[in-house]
Amino acid sequence: MTQPPAILNEPWRTPERQQVAMQFGIWLFLATEALFFGGLFLFYAVSRFTDSAGFEIGAREADIWFGTANTAVLMTSSLTMAIGERATKEGLVPLARLMVMATLALGATFLVVKGFEYRSDIEKHLVPGPAFKYAIRGAAQFWAFYWTATVVHAIHLTVGLGIVSRLLFISKEDLPERWTTAIGTALYWHLVDIVWVILYPLLYLVGRP
Amino acid sequence: MTVAQPPHETTLLGRDLGEESYLTDGTTLMSWLGTTDHKRIAILYAVGITFFFFLGGAAATLIRLELISPAGRMLTNDEYNRTFTLHGIIMVWFFLVPSIPTTMGNFVLPMCIGAREVAFPRINLFSWYLFVVGGLLTFFALLFGGVDTGWTFYTPFSTNYSNSNVLLAAAGIFVTGFSSIATGINFITTIHMLRAKGMTWMRLPLFAWAMYAVSLVMVLATPVLAITLLLVFVERAFGLPIFDPRFGGDPILFQHLFWFYSHPAVYIMVLPAMGVVSEVIACEARRRVFGYEFMVYAMLMIAVVGFMVWGHHMFVSGESQFANLVFSFLSFVIAVPSAIKVFNWTGTLYRGQIRFSAPMLYALGFVGLFTIGGLTGLFLASVPLDIDLTDTYFVVAHFHYIMVGGSVSAFFAGLHFWWPKITGRLYPERFAQFAAITMFFGFNFTFFPQFILGIEGMPRRYHLYPQQFQALNVTSSLGAVVLAFAYLFPLFYLAWSLFRGERAPNNPWDATGLEWQTRSPPPTRNFDFDPDVRAAPYGYHPEHNAPHEVSQTHEPQTP
Amino acid sequence: MLPIAASTYAPRIDLLFWLMVAISGAIILLVTTLLVWFSFKYRRGTKAKRGALMTRFTREVEITWTVATFFTFVFLFWWGASVLVATVPIPRHAMEIHVVAKQWMWKVEHPDGQREIDALHLPLGVPIKLVMTSQDVIHSFFVPAFRVKQDVLPGRYTELNFTPDKVGTFPLYCAEYCGTDHSRMTGGVVVMTPGAYARWSQAQPQGDSLADRGKRLFTQLGCAGCHVNSETVDAPDLFGIYGKPQPMTGGGFKLADESYLRDSIMLPKQDVVAGYAPIMPSYQGVASEEDVVELIAYLKQSGGSTSR
Repeated sequence: MTQPPAILNEPWRTPERQQVAMQFGIWLFLATEALFFGGLFLFYAVSRFTDSAGFEIGAREADIWFGTANTAVLMTSSLTMAIGERATKEGLVPLARLMVMATLALGATFLVVKGFEYRSDIEKHLVPGPAFKYAIRGAAQFWAFYWTATVVHAIHLTVGLGIVSRLLFISKEDLPERWTTAIGTALYWHLVDIVWVILYPLLYLVGRP
Repeated sequence: MTVAQPPHETTLLGRDLGEESYLTDGTTLMSWLGTTDHKRIAILYAVGITFFFFLGGAAATLIRLELISPAGRMLTNDEYNRTFTLHGIIMVWFFLVPSIPTTMGNFVLPMCIGAREVAFPRINLFSWYLFVVGGLLTFFALLFGGVDTGWTFYTPFSTNYSNSNVLLAAAGIFVTGFSSIATGINFITTIHMLRAKGMTWMRLPLFAWAMYAVSLVMVLATPVLAITLLLVFVERAFGLPIFDPRFGGDPILFQHLFWFYSHPAVYIMVLPAMGVVSEVIACEARRRVFGYEFMVYAMLMIAVVGFMVWGHHMFVSGESQFANLVFSFLSFVIAVPSAIKVFNWTGTLYRGQIRFSAPMLYALGFVGLFTIGGLTGLFLASVPLDIDLTDTYFVVAHFHYIMVGGSVSAFFAGLHFWWPKITGRLYPERFAQFAAITMFFGFNFTFFPQFILGIEGMPRRYHLYPQQFQALNVTSSLGAVVLAFAYLFPLFYLAWSLFRGERAPNNPWDATGLEWQTRSPPPTRNFDFDPDVRAAPYGYHPEHNAPHEVSQTHEPQTP
Repeated sequence: MLPIAASTYAPRIDLLFWLMVAISGAIILLVTTLLVWFSFKYRRGTKAKRGALMTRFTREVEITWTVATFFTFVFLFWWGASVLVATVPIPRHAMEIHVVAKQWMWKVEHPDGQREIDALHLPLGVPIKLVMTSQDVIHSFFVPAFRVKQDVLPGRYTELNFTPDKVGTFPLYCAEYCGTDHSRMTGGVVVMTPGAYARWSQAQPQGDSLADRGKRLFTQLGCAGCHVNSETVDAPDLFGIYGKPQPMTGGGFKLADESYLRDSIMLPKQDVVAGYAPIMPSYQGVASEEDVVELIAYLKQSGGSTSR
């Protein structure tokens, strides 16, 4: 089955090679992200293991409704992104553009919900520091992890919104030939989703019966 | 079946002025700042790392001047602490880590595998901008106010006690780390996907294998540095208790995360050097590298096992003796592939036709100094000896032998070796040989006394020190004067050669790599023909002086 | 080159050191000789015999030196490991001395109450156990003459064991960079004959022993108010607690060692004993590290289950 024609970047001479190279490069990049978040998860594991009682007490304060809502939003956005990617490759431009816009909307929704969640967390004194709710050791470590991990994830998501919106700036005529770009974009977006899928149980399902 | 042949070599002097090359292809500033040509990007990087090398060197000069006196005359304690921190941060992250990969890797790697470009040229340019931005941030942090944590940023000092520009420096190094990662991803993809026809994996020059191994380490280790610096940043800036024991944090967690990156980082600094040395020794001894396969496996093993030994930096930090013994054992194991490489380089000289050009002198210097540095690493791998010697000048001497005696020598070897290819000019050989020999002696003079200082018990990072250590400190500082000259001198004769040096032929060394089968300097597209590789690398012939045209595109001649 | 060997441990280290020097020296000599010899014999233009080497020969050579190197290095690992393992068992009757490090000085407290700054007086031939903590950043207690070094951490106790076997004064250095006056955080370890040490001990300002001071603090800081026969507050009985496993809320046991006792004073809500509410206030900022050392000394000394 031949690939559709594509706009080629230097130094690639065929679309097949360009696509393979791009995917290979993005997978390597995903490996770096795995190690990056891995260091953060090590902090989580160490804190949870050494101060488990306090850690769980802190973790119980994470609002599972916000968390679950956001998980649903983000996973749906992965679906729309996947459809958009396939539509691009198949040349179904209006569907592709619609799906890209849906992905952007869902991604933005995630950030908005996160904003509300942050406000609630701050009001409940869940920012480590002098006003922090708990004195027991471990609780502050959970929340240090929470704030660091969710902000870093949100930054990745925001960058992802930029990358995804790039697809909208490609003209309707050129879009089908830029299907390799769509694949790369989708891979990055799925990374953002997968990191959240791993974060969700670590943040919201700890210490609950 | 005929295949395009490389152009015949012109005579040494018969080169038309103004012949097209990557240097003439666009002369505006924008053509440089917006280039996607890997060769131009290599030059952009070279400018940066040269600047940082001399900045870090200036700090080293200040340190050695100050340590002449046990009471320290010129600097306050704080100023001294900021000076050695600047020296470490600049030399590690802004010189040694990028040096060979971003300059020689960028320039030579695509050519030596027969490619016309790297896999992701725009990302390559972006990586340079990341380097510049990170460099500027760190430069300002270090020079305006300074950082006094040491390049190792140990907590809780760096997060809760230091009154210095830790945040800005951490941010700068964080950004630069992504430059490393981008370069690594580019090189790995390039080697996998852009090798010329016939260039199988086991025909790759060892320099290419070195770039591959170092890229694996850069890609997998640097992200851990990034998260470590991020955690230091958020603790210091926002008070999140990650490493602070007063609020439930663990300062030793920092050490684990930091060294998980920083130990592989030292292999990032030495693997490229090993690649350069293999190229130079094979060429100047006119012999195939002894034990090519073992050389490849040794580099890969160093890259992999390098991730398993970080605990040897923490033998006195309070970890269990069981953990210490595991790390100790693995640290002895990782010395084996390095030893194999030293023996193989030595074996390459056997029955060779050795010429003591400047690159060869630097490369041989590398072998000797790396051997000494590596063996002193064994002292530190042994837990009881490390307990006595860690955090003393013994460690300082050990890593300077490897990183300076080793990697910097190799950098100069490669710089001289590929200079004709990159610039189209020949440098003055006598001056360069003199610089190489001076460097070797100056280096030993500077750093060997430091082994003794460490054995005698002088701790590191000491501004003020007991009188009994002065004699050796003065010796070391005298050696540093010689070493400084040896580093500055090439700046002058290499610059001179750009304007007045003889024009270089395609292949002044009669080397076998693909990069030598094209013009000096090369055209933008690297080759005027499509490379077609028919033979293993290093097809040198030692029965008599090698014939002028020996290249990988020819059938090997019978010995 | 090596400083005077002043502990029972030092000679073993020095033997290992010289062994490694010998082996390293031999390897350097071998490599250098070969490099120089080959460089000379095979320099361009000499009439030495050249030509290809047989692949089987090169492979055999390659394997030989790989295996030889590996076994040499494993031997060196084994020697060092056995030296290390010999130091692990700690003599039961070791004299315990507390060290508190802070920017930029060493504070030493002897069990009988003598206090020193930047100095450590020790009796010859007695096994010593230093129990150390830091008030701020990581420091490191380094005595080259004893060949010992141990990082001193905030929020934790680390230990260092050795037996001094020479009389004299030996330099003490801080070996973990700790800020402005890191290079001034030095001192001296003074090893004296047992008689001289006893005289020195007596001559110190006769303060109370650590445990006596701890007993006073126990009342002054209000510990007794809850932990000794209180009618209003239910708090665990602390006497005889040291060294015994404590049942924890949520299951499991924790050994009541120095670190546990320190944490119970500074971070009481972290490990709560089963059956008790987490209502003890923290003494962080109220009790200094020295206070904690004294309280722990008192708790270690007390025995029996009735209050005193």
